[in-house]
Amino acid sequence: MSNNVLELRNIMKVYSNGVVANKNVSFELKEGEIHAVVGENGAGKSTLMKILFGMERPSSGEIIFKGSKVEIENSNKAIDMGIGMVHQHFMLVPSFTVVQNMILGIEPKKGINIDYNKATQMIKELGDKYNLRVDPEMKVKDLSVGMKQKVEILKALLRGAKILILDEPTAVLTPQETEELFVQLMKLKDNGHTIIFISHKLKEVKSICDKVTIIRKGVTYGTYNVADVTQSQISNLMVGRNVVLKYDKSKSEAGKAVLNVKGVSCKGAEGKELLKDIQFTANKGKILGIAGVEGNGQRELINVITGGRRNYDGEVLFNDKNIRSMNVKALRKSGMSYIPEDRMTQGVAASAAISENLAANRYESQEIKSGILMDVKKLSKLANKLVEDYDIVCKSIAQKVESLSGGNIQKVVVARECSIEPDILIAEQPTRGVDVGAAEIIHKEILKLRDRGAAVLLVSADLSEAMELSDALLVMYEGEFVAYIDNPSETTEEELGLYMLGVKKQSREEIRRAVNEF
Amino acid sequence: MRSLLDIILTPDFAFSAIRVTTPLLFAALGALISDRAGAANIGLEGIMLMAALAGVVFSAYTQSALIGLLGAILIGLLTASMLAYFTLKLKTDVILGGIALNFFANGGTIFVLYYLTGDKGTSASLASMVLPNIHIPVIRNIPILGEIVSGHNVLTYIAILSAIGVWYVLEKTALGLRIRSVGENENAAKSVGVNVMKIRYIALALSGVFAGMGGAFLSMGYVSWFSRGMSAGRGWIALAAEAMGRGTVLGTTLSSVLFGVADALSNTLQLLNIPAELIRILPYVATVVGLLAYAIRETNKRKAKG
Repeated sequence: MSNNVLELRNIMKVYSNGVVANKNVSFELKEGEIHAVVGENGAGKSTLMKILFGMERPSSGEIIFKGSKVEIENSNKAIDMGIGMVHQHFMLVPSFTVVQNMILGIEPKKGINIDYNKATQMIKELGDKYNLRVDPEMKVKDLSVGMKQKVEILKALLRGAKILILDEPTAVLTPQETEELFVQLMKLKDNGHTIIFISHKLKEVKSICDKVTIIRKGVTYGTYNVADVTQSQISNLMVGRNVVLKYDKSKSEAGKAVLNVKGVSCKGAEGKELLKDIQFTANKGKILGIAGVEGNGQRELINVITGGRRNYDGEVLFNDKNIRSMNVKALRKSGMSYIPEDRMTQGVAASAAISENLAANRYESQEIKSGILMDVKKLSKLANKLVEDYDIVCKSIAQKVESLSGGNIQKVVVARECSIEPDILIAEQPTRGVDVGAAEIIHKEILKLRDRGAAVLLVSADLSEAMELSDALLVMYEGEFVAYIDNPSETTEEELGLYMLGVKKQSREEIRRAVNEF
Repeated sequence: MRSLLDIILTPDFAFSAIRVTTPLLFAALGALISDRAGAANIGLEGIMLMAALAGVVFSAYTQSALIGLLGAILIGLLTASMLAYFTLKLKTDVILGGIALNFFANGGTIFVLYYLTGDKGTSASLASMVLPNIHIPVIRNIPILGEIVSGHNVLTYIAILSAIGVWYVLEKTALGLRIRSVGENENAAKSVGVNVMKIRYIALALSGVFAGMGGAFLSMGYVSWFSRGMSAGRGWIALAAEAMGRGTVLGTTLSSVLFGVADALSNTLQLLNIPAELIRILPYVATVVGLLAYAIRETNKRKAKG
């Protein structure tokens, strides 16, 4: 008998709307291994994990658990089987304490009351055993992202999980937190747990996983010993073509300063300082990166610059005009483009057509109008051109945006924002949760835009993206800049990590180099 | 002005404020528990109305006040469950479902009343029962305090106990933890195997029970008959009280008392020489002012956040 704890055979999943998420998925999970599942967005990884965790039922195919065929009807069944899941978007109740989150659904009782003493005891013991320590009395909303993830892992362990599914666990972590997570995962492995590790980051797959299963367009393309394949081999199997991980970036000359941020500060509801004396200049023909762990003021800063927040000190000049007096429409008219972080709520109108979304930033221009009416012919001509230029994979331009995969939705946003030839592009996490193939296209478009002479302000929590694309890089920590790096591709992730976590800080003069006086 | 203060600063006024707060508090607790589970019940107004009629009808035909009360609670439970079935199982919009329920109650109660009594206005011809008043031993003899807190309808005391009970369930028990988790992050609850639909069902059913008791109080305590439209917007005021109380039991109770005081004031002021129409709008003005204050604070909070 094999020592497979779990085996999937020819799984197919067709959603009721006709979308085929999994065509033919097979893989075997051996006890005590860390098994990576890699694939592009929309390749069917999430659906596969949902099937394993009982959130979706397969249309056909078999799941073999410890040698016998099983049906995983719901999450309770999966939990009973010893399968635990750490979701990419944490499944935690923010206003609850750590204890409350952990015991939800399996509350120990004393009479009709919840026995919190016993619960705290249980969690302490478990934390000691796996070296995962979290203060049980803290409210989850006050925890850092890394801590929240620990809570999620403990939650699964508390429910007796032997097989842990981690859905892109490092997407939100700093390099240091990632290291820590890996140490913990190794410890879990030593304790006999089996881990399914879903990731886009091939370097991480190489460093921690034993096996890797590749999935492309709903079909698995084999399982390999990680030691036997290189990163570029995995990447080729994932996308079915060669992917450039380094870009040929020509040197570009800094042009006119378009955006000038002078001493911007602001406070939050509880009087907490969100931004502290932020100063920098963005020049035409240059990509200025802003790196940092999320929640260190990046969002507030972008909010100020894009006209979403009025309540701040200091001033922001865009093409020498103070933006305080401009609304979003005026900002866009004077040459600002914006790729927002949250594409589903801010980036697109999900239930509108691809063509409509593509034209959303030029609905007043004669580009898509004849007289006062919209010209459907002009619109479809424009949309078809953009779909082709930006390689948006879709059946037709009349299709609803929400029916596309994440990467293609993002391409719609990028196409719309880059194709109007802005003076500045504000790109906020432009490739978040996007597959390698789509990320490459998006990166290339951003570089092209720079080469055509636009300024780009790139906010990214993805260090390799920030380092690879930026001509200069600012690091943000707790609402202020702590470093200005003028040759980002020559620094290391570890070095940046130290700045991002506030361990290191440059002198005021060094950071002030981000401002060019004129 | 002098005489106004004379009226307000009396035990009688405090007593009457507690009395009129009772149905508001019941309905507000119903709003609270359903809202905390993420399935706000806006059909409270209609449920109260139907329960008020049920109390009168059941007690008239059985000549038992207790059966009348149980009948009112049962109708409250059934109508709330019906709303739950439509919104949770059949996926009707919860707001539309609530509105439909309110309209149904409005017409349905008049129809039943007419069918039973031949009268479209009140149930005066039905010999319905009222629920007893409770005089608390010892406390009743304390001057002022006794006059204020003793001698209320039994449902008034049940309302106070219910508020404490709801607090206890929400804060101390597993059911409460699950209700709160379902209301705050449905997916988190689902991911650990909490049956979201069941929890919402329970919460809506409980809200029906509370609204049922509120309705019973109207027709079997506050007055001793049913009259058309007698819930008079209390179900809506209760929703406002819950929102103003920000979903906490204490806040909701205090907001209910505030609206109760406004209501009592409008009753009392009718003794003075002020146009009755003007006075009757007082509780509703209080509602609007309350909601406005709440909205302004929320907006400021959001502004500060950016």
